[in-house]
Amino acid sequence: MSTQLDDLYNDHILDHFECPYHKGAIDHPSCSKSGKNPLCGDVVTLQLQINPAGKVENAYFEGKGCAISQAAASILCEHVEGKSVDELEHFQAHDMLDLLKVPLTASRQKCGLLGFRLLKTMIYEQHPEETAGTEQPLRSVHEPHESP
Amino acid sequence: MTATFRPAWTAESVRRDFPILGKTLPNGRPLVYLDNAATSQKPQAVIDAVRDCYESYYSNVHRGVHQLGDRVTEELEASRVKIQKFISANEPEEIIFTSGTTMGINLVANGWGRKFLREGDEVLVTEMEHHANLVPWQQIVREKNARLRYIPITAEGRLNLDELISLIGPRTKMIAVTAMSNVLGTINDVDRIAEAAASCGARLLVDAAQSIAHLPTNVLSPRVDFLAFSGHKVYGPSGIGVLYGRRDLLESMDPFLCGGNMISEVNRNYSTWGDLPSKFEAGTLPIAPAIGLGAAIDYVQQLGWQPIHEWEAALTRRAWGVLKEIPGLHIVGPSADERGSIISFTIDRLHPHDLATLVDQKGVAIRAGHHCTMPLHEVLQLVATARASFSIYNTLEDIDVLAEAIHHARRVMRLA
Repeated sequence: MSTQLDDLYNDHILDHFECPYHKGAIDHPSCSKSGKNPLCGDVVTLQLQINPAGKVENAYFEGKGCAISQAAASILCEHVEGKSVDELEHFQAHDMLDLLKVPLTASRQKCGLLGFRLLKTMIYEQHPEETAGTEQPLRSVHEPHESP
Repeated sequence: MTATFRPAWTAESVRRDFPILGKTLPNGRPLVYLDNAATSQKPQAVIDAVRDCYESYYSNVHRGVHQLGDRVTEELEASRVKIQKFISANEPEEIIFTSGTTMGINLVANGWGRKFLREGDEVLVTEMEHHANLVPWQQIVREKNARLRYIPITAEGRLNLDELISLIGPRTKMIAVTAMSNVLGTINDVDRIAEAAASCGARLLVDAAQSIAHLPTNVLSPRVDFLAFSGHKVYGPSGIGVLYGRRDLLESMDPFLCGGNMISEVNRNYSTWGDLPSKFEAGTLPIAPAIGLGAAIDYVQQLGWQPIHEWEAALTRRAWGVLKEIPGLHIVGPSADERGSIISFTIDRLHPHDLATLVDQKGVAIRAGHHCTMPLHEVLQLVATARASFSIYNTLEDIDVLAEAIHHARRVMRLA
């Protein structure tokens, strides 16, 4: 009997899902990105306010979708505030999954990493020459995409 | 009329034919498999047929002038004849082996559409089509400057056939419809659609992917021009499917895939095509799966359509009643009596993917998502639905386990 799977929807995830951190929009964000998980239709928009010193002052998200994708976006916003762009360049997918503190199957990792992928794309766009090749840019929700 | 119908089998006896249904899941739970619309499980007879092919007589078909080559070709062609009879086609040459429904429809869109569609022509589909019966048409109408039009659905999830008359006309060249919706469960009135196609001289393609394991299929009544299905949804192996095409249409079409087996003669700069069905069977076929599909069809026929229908209808009615009692649960599509054994639903404040993960903890396999029907979900104004789909081997207890698992999910998500 796997106890791990039963812990997937624990208080940490459900609290962030029900009372998300910084769900909303920034008036004039430094950068903003939307992404979609075509498997479940999760949508997340992530917005960052980056100060001239290269530090993330504010992170907000908007979105709709499963508890994992929305809680993960909330947890991500909480984590990145106060971090520098340079620090976030070293923030990897396994770090994001560690922040969630729950085991995700391969298919649900797409939900848990949706906001993270938006973040990495935005960080990449801050310094494209330095991080080239480390992360694939994510498609915008408005671009036409292939049907699965 | 009053005599009670007593089938020769029960779900319990059928379950013994399916080895996987006796297995325990990695989390220790028994499997409650309610994802039959995605794919069906395999009876021992199918597994044995595939294994016997590999163990006893495997070779390539239509080529070897050796004993194995003769035997494997005989078995493959015997399977083709079983399929021909299963769908009441006139000739075995009208049965084209494909990789599945998707390839069958792509074959028609490319082999027929590219040759016969003209600028301004119209292809008519429905709002409830699977992407497999949409995207190939989108591509070919774009190429030919033709037009894709949609038969709308009603609020209850039935086809609005009153609209059909105003949609068809001299420009309508193809009507491509599903026999049974993989989301709504709706069983479409193919008779009426066939009449409409005949009235305007359009070809009719039926996507039988969902209906093939649940309803009898007869390509002569109503008369259809093309019909596609997948082996894996009718208890057969994956990787094998069937396209039925009327002989004169198949003869007039160009091949879709080109290469080995499909030629009559190859010169340095041109080739001529082989006879049916080889013309559409380029390359080496999935031989063992094709033979396995023949065994699957034997299996279904031995169960009989009437008992299959009665049992699956009983499961659907039970599920309908039980699900309706769950607070905040909304079923999409028509009533239990007007659908196949598929029920898609949403639950207030519980995303289908979270639901699917949570019921999986109780051993219940359901599907969540858009089920490859994004335009339908747009019409329904839903991003995703959860889907439970039932088959011959499901029991009434399976449905109780599903209901209890949904209650569990609502409790975990702090909804109850």
